[in-house]
Amino acid sequence: MLIEMKDICRDFPQGNDVIHILKNISLSVEKGDYLAIMGPSGSGKTTLMNIIGCLDTPTSGHYLLDGEEVRGSGDNHLADIRNAKIGFVFQSFYLLPGLTVLDNVCLPLLYANVPKAERRERAAAALERIGLADRMDFYPNQISGGQSQRVAIARAMINDPLLLLADEPTGALDSASGKQVLSLFDGLNENGTTIVLITDNQSVASRARGTKYILDGEFVEKGVLEA
Amino acid sequence: MFENISLAFQSVKSHKLRSFLTMLGIIIGIASIITIVSTIKGTNEQIKQSLIGAGNNAVRIRLCQDNYEYDFSWNPLPEGIIPISEETRQELAKIEHVSDVSLYYVRNYAENVYYGDQSFNGFLYGIDQRYFPTSGYGLRAGRLFTEEDYRTCRKVCILDRAAWSTLYAGSDPVGTTIEMRGESFTVVGIVDLNSSFEAKIETVSDYYNFMDTSGGIIFLPSTTWPILFLFDEPQHVALKADSPDDMTAIGQKASKLLSETQISSSTETGFSYKGEDLMERAEQLQQLSNASNTQLLWIAGISLLVGGIGVMNIMLVTVTERTQEIGLKKALGARKNRILRQFLTEAGVLTGLGGLLGVIAGIGLAKLISTVLETPTSISIPAILIAVVFSMLIGIVFGLLPAVKASRLDPIVALRRE
Repeated sequence: MLIEMKDICRDFPQGNDVIHILKNISLSVEKGDYLAIMGPSGSGKTTLMNIIGCLDTPTSGHYLLDGEEVRGSGDNHLADIRNAKIGFVFQSFYLLPGLTVLDNVCLPLLYANVPKAERRERAAAALERIGLADRMDFYPNQISGGQSQRVAIARAMINDPLLLLADEPTGALDSASGKQVLSLFDGLNENGTTIVLITDNQSVASRARGTKYILDGEFVEKGVLEA
Repeated sequence: MFENISLAFQSVKSHKLRSFLTMLGIIIGIASIITIVSTIKGTNEQIKQSLIGAGNNAVRIRLCQDNYEYDFSWNPLPEGIIPISEETRQELAKIEHVSDVSLYYVRNYAENVYYGDQSFNGFLYGIDQRYFPTSGYGLRAGRLFTEEDYRTCRKVCILDRAAWSTLYAGSDPVGTTIEMRGESFTVVGIVDLNSSFEAKIETVSDYYNFMDTSGGIIFLPSTTWPILFLFDEPQHVALKADSPDDMTAIGQKASKLLSETQISSSTETGFSYKGEDLMERAEQLQQLSNASNTQLLWIAGISLLVGGIGVMNIMLVTVTERTQEIGLKKALGARKNRILRQFLTEAGVLTGLGGLLGVIAGIGLAKLISTVLETPTSISIPAILIAVVFSMLIGIVFGLLPAVKASRLDPIVALRRE
């Protein structure tokens, strides 16, 4: 079991009140799974993604990632977990504009203290695999959105993470580029990468092997969401 | 570390105008400090040189009574003062930073010295063979004294340039005879100070410093001194220092040693050996000019402070602008310290670069001032190194707050900000 969440709650204080963003969420994801989490905006899906991605910690409940309890870890330990076990893909790519495509892909390896020569070698190989070897010395503003997202995926996968966490990966792309990105995900999943995808797009979610629906901080049946 | 530096350079480069404006405070601060320090150093060196005579580094120790030089011209042989022995001379030569020691006799007011119908009113020096090298004299014409001159007490003499020009008005003196107290001395050569040093007479005290040697000097071998004057006359001492900075210390050590060994303690006559305190006078003058320049340095320091605050300000803006970048880096696994170091390095590189430009501007300004005002400047390498390191430190100190702010950013908040 890669992800085991039990009774996860996340509260945010707002003024004198407390808002319960997540209410007793329990979730299990097997290794090699491909799960989509769907929900409208404000449903708590981004908060859930932040907790799964160890960017945030739950207020209460247990979260075991790869058998390790995450709640209560310090900032540095969380950073190490993110670096070693999780790859992120965001809606707006988040490529650093001052770095070349190659250097962007290198970043996670830099934080894992991999020597420079090996970093470049591995990043170049990763770009080769997604068919962007000829773009490695370009800057992010010189490539298209679809290419940017593929670079971001290469960056997310460079550390061979256990989990690929994607937040609306196709949200900023035209449909052709979006399809390319999704088929890239399919390929990664076939090779054993666990993927959790957060989206509000039904056709994107349908690519996953399972879908969970979230509304007001709780998992609900599909029908409830559509109603 | 290396990555951080190259990243920092990239970020400085990507905001050229902003980086330059941020650096400007540091540039101005460092430039003014370098200019002031160069001017101070130049002035100090000028003071030293004009008081000491460039490069000769000779310290003179004189026998004094009640703090005034004991003058043999009018006074009898002092009681209780032992002539300086060769052993004592060697003792003196062992003092740190002393390269040579010479003993010599002096008459400040030569009486009954004539060449033809010209009367000489300068100094008479009875010198040993070390005197010329120790005091920085070089031969200009004829020859120096030989072993033979000393051993056989030959009545020969050498003129310095001033004595030669007052007595001979430019004609060749070698071979001519000078009459001293009824004895005939043959001129064998002319010497002159090695460094062509023209004293700049600007004040009355300059006049007294330099004009007392204006009548010139006639040098005799020390062994012939008793022919004209007295046996067992206590000598003066000239010591050659390795550098002008050692002169005061050497003067103090040598005069202490001489006062202890040469003056018998039973006499209470107020005798002592005293070093010529040209260096002390130079230092007094330097302190005067330093005092006013220190105030300037403080003002320049304030401009550095202002520059530092400017750096802090712009770094805070940078952190705000780059929250997304920080958030992403954190999401990818960058630890707090790495973010902290990145921003500190950036601030350090920014101000270090500013410091470097400031040094260049400062040197340029110092050169400009020295050309326009015709004052000397001297570039100080340690000052430059300190300036660059100090400006980097400013960056790191003032960059600390923004860097800490960056490192503490919550990755979710940072990523959410579009």
